[in-house]
Amino acid sequence: MNLPIADGLLVVMKEDCETCHLVKPVLAELAGREGTLALVCQDRDNFPEGFDVIHDRELDISWTLGTETTPTIYRIEDGEAVDRQPGWDRSGWERVTGTTGLGKGLPDQQPGCGSGTMLPGTYERLLLRHSPYPLSSRRVALGSSEDPYEAAFGREWTDGLPVVPPTEERVARMLEGTGLPPDHILCTLPPDLAECTVEKVAINAVMAGCKPEYLPVVLAAVKAAAGSGFNIHGISATTYFTGPVLIVNGPVRKAIGMNSGVNVLGQGNRANLTIGRALNLVVRNVGGARPGGVDRATFGNPGKLSFCFPEDEEGSPWESLAVERGFSSGESTVTLFAGHGPIEIIDQKARTPDPLVRTYALQLRMVAHPKLAGMSEAIVVVSPEHARLFREAGWTKDRVRQEIDTLLTLPAAEMVVGAGGVAEGMPPWLKDRKQEIPKFGPGGIWLVHAGGDAGMFSAIVSGWVGGRTGSEMTTVAIDCKG
Amino acid sequence: MTILLDPTSETAVQERPLSPRIPDLTRVTVALLDISKPRGDVFIGRLEELLAEQEVAVRHYRKPTFTKPAPLDLRRRITVECGAVIEALAD
Repeated sequence: MNLPIADGLLVVMKEDCETCHLVKPVLAELAGREGTLALVCQDRDNFPEGFDVIHDRELDISWTLGTETTPTIYRIEDGEAVDRQPGWDRSGWERVTGTTGLGKGLPDQQPGCGSGTMLPGTYERLLLRHSPYPLSSRRVALGSSEDPYEAAFGREWTDGLPVVPPTEERVARMLEGTGLPPDHILCTLPPDLAECTVEKVAINAVMAGCKPEYLPVVLAAVKAAAGSGFNIHGISATTYFTGPVLIVNGPVRKAIGMNSGVNVLGQGNRANLTIGRALNLVVRNVGGARPGGVDRATFGNPGKLSFCFPEDEEGSPWESLAVERGFSSGESTVTLFAGHGPIEIIDQKARTPDPLVRTYALQLRMVAHPKLAGMSEAIVVVSPEHARLFREAGWTKDRVRQEIDTLLTLPAAEMVVGAGGVAEGMPPWLKDRKQEIPKFGPGGIWLVHAGGDAGMFSAIVSGWVGGRTGSEMTTVAIDCKG
Repeated sequence: MTILLDPTSETAVQERPLSPRIPDLTRVTVALLDISKPRGDVFIGRLEELLAEQEVAVRHYRKPTFTKPAPLDLRRRITVECGAVIEALAD
């Protein structure tokens, strides 16, 4: 909107603000000088007394100016604010006004008060009114006595837990987390192959309980999920346990307060939990994958609500997962893996890497089934106490994997159908062609560092069908500016 | 009044009727689609025997992997070459 003056000085004030009362003598000084002085008051049409006042009842002028503090003095040129000084600060006001000797007898500085535009609820209403990008999703009007939490359950929008009602105001605030317009089509999302806009992701992120600063991570995760390599259709439809597991790398982890330490795979951290939840809500609500519909999981797993954690890069003896996957350490990324778990690894006796990798191998053989090989990948989440042994001995990630692969190159005769009296197993013809079968093979084991400082445990996140015939681990850069 | 924004794709799902039943299978070729799950071939083999007893012609097809939807080319081929399809869903 246009400002009330094209050139001159403009002061935004509030009667309910001690500093605005303090500067009244300064306003009198400025009013006596050449040039236009406009006084805009947010909460009265007659404050300050004795001046012509523009009452900014709807706060549109304050919003246009981006006022965060009262008083704020602006210098306006050609309809634009070219300089500003919030609160009372003599040197600042002198700079903006181009004069000297203002406010004799006043303290040099006094902080102002919060602008009415910043009040909770008001801010979001103004954001909606002034947004150049109107929200286009269908409005669902609730009855006056309808509980919005129950309404979300009733419309089958939830994952079985209550969701934050996605009001227009909350969604507008969420969209401040990205520079992308709400109608930007992020991807086509299986299984319904529905167009997924930034706005739809924001709505589901609100419902999940995300803060706006988490939105870029959720947007990147949705893009990763929609890629053909990740195969969210198959992951959603399978009878197997699996669901999307999110691993966050790079500066964004700390910027948004994710937890890579104590209880890293558990409850308690808003960013960890709500980012993973938001992705699953998008897959459900936009993609159309709902339990009992496309989702045919026999059991599923609790991680299908949310399974998201950051890597502890700073404490790791190795390069991060993101670096291993071709990104720089300064980039923020999210990696998606089709998985479930964790399976525990206990080894409190090992003091060197060699016995420790033997324990890892014993537990990793359990992934899917001890007699199945070449099907699933696995992530080993290595704790700080276990990582210490690898660091002290100088073992690289590749060394750890090579040792595990050697230990898990298994006799074919033990692995085939019927061997050991167990019906499950590899096809019987394999034992005629091969002496040994690798459980995982190249690229089948991923190592990620995370967890609390105490505890000689690690954790296996088991995969689904890995690779091109199933789901490929997918890493996407997070655009924290876009 | 509380206004909420619809989090779904807003694509109304239409109820689709079943295709018309085929009165006489001997007039069409039946596609037997193996989705590449273990032992799907056993199920399909038995179906083939039963259909052969009724003099029903069959053709065999196979999805590259059970984890993904059938490729478009495969679906087109089945549509062109057959009048019905039986899919072996699981092991």
